[in-house]
Amino acid sequence: MMESLFYIAAAVALSATVLALTRANAAHALIYLIVSLLAVAVLFFLMGAPFAAALEILIYAGAIMVLFVFVIMMLNLGEAGDAQERSGLRPRNWVIPGGMAALLFVELLFALQQEPALTSGVAVSPKEVGLALYGPYVLAVELASMLLMAGLVGAYHLGRRFIVRSGSDD
Amino acid sequence: MGGLQVPMEHVQVLAALLFSCGLLGLMLRRNIIFMLMSLEVMLNSAALAFVAAGAKWGQADGQIIFLLILAVAAAEISVGLGLVLQIQRRFKTLDMDAANRLRG
Repeated sequence: MMESLFYIAAAVALSATVLALTRANAAHALIYLIVSLLAVAVLFFLMGAPFAAALEILIYAGAIMVLFVFVIMMLNLGEAGDAQERSGLRPRNWVIPGGMAALLFVELLFALQQEPALTSGVAVSPKEVGLALYGPYVLAVELASMLLMAGLVGAYHLGRRFIVRSGSDD
Repeated sequence: MGGLQVPMEHVQVLAALLFSCGLLGLMLRRNIIFMLMSLEVMLNSAALAFVAAGAKWGQADGQIIFLLILAVAAAEISVGLGLVLQIQRRFKTLDMDAANRLRG
């Protein structure tokens, strides 16, 4: 049973990725990309990594995709953007990704309904991950914090120049 | 023993297919937003391979590498999207071929 759930989620992940990278419209591509990330989160859950599944949804499908949405909004497509917005309300554009996401949701409900609540044999719990993360891997945590700091400073530098100049010149 | 109930090879093939999708997208698309999306797909497929390996042997290491990949992806995408704003402002396009000279 768990195998078929796995292969369905894998097929959804692969097809959503292919559809995302072949769209012409960036907003439509984002929807497919979010479905693909949700499918990978279901795969993580089925493989006995619930912590990784939660982080995949929170950070990838949440934070990183919101950054993409903000940038697409800031680029301000104008009149063409309005036309796209109207066309985006047509069912043709959201039925397929919506159906894929609903399929993943049904899979997740099915997996949670099982008595051990996890269809994989042995789960690696968040407690084990945390213990290893702040035990043998504490140096990696420091490196990741330095990387995030560098990313923060770089993004602030690039974004601040954009905001100040577009306010004064244009 | 491990918690992985499908063959390890199938998960690795899926990760390889997702990675090739991302690589093809990166090489074929010229819109910088789609190139960044392709990078995300590639990082995500690498994370999938790590988590699958961690699940196979029931160890937490795979998920820790996943956390590090997550940090790399977040840092990369924040700087990359800042660059998108700069390129859009300077060249009035999202086509990467417009930005193929080092001195714009």
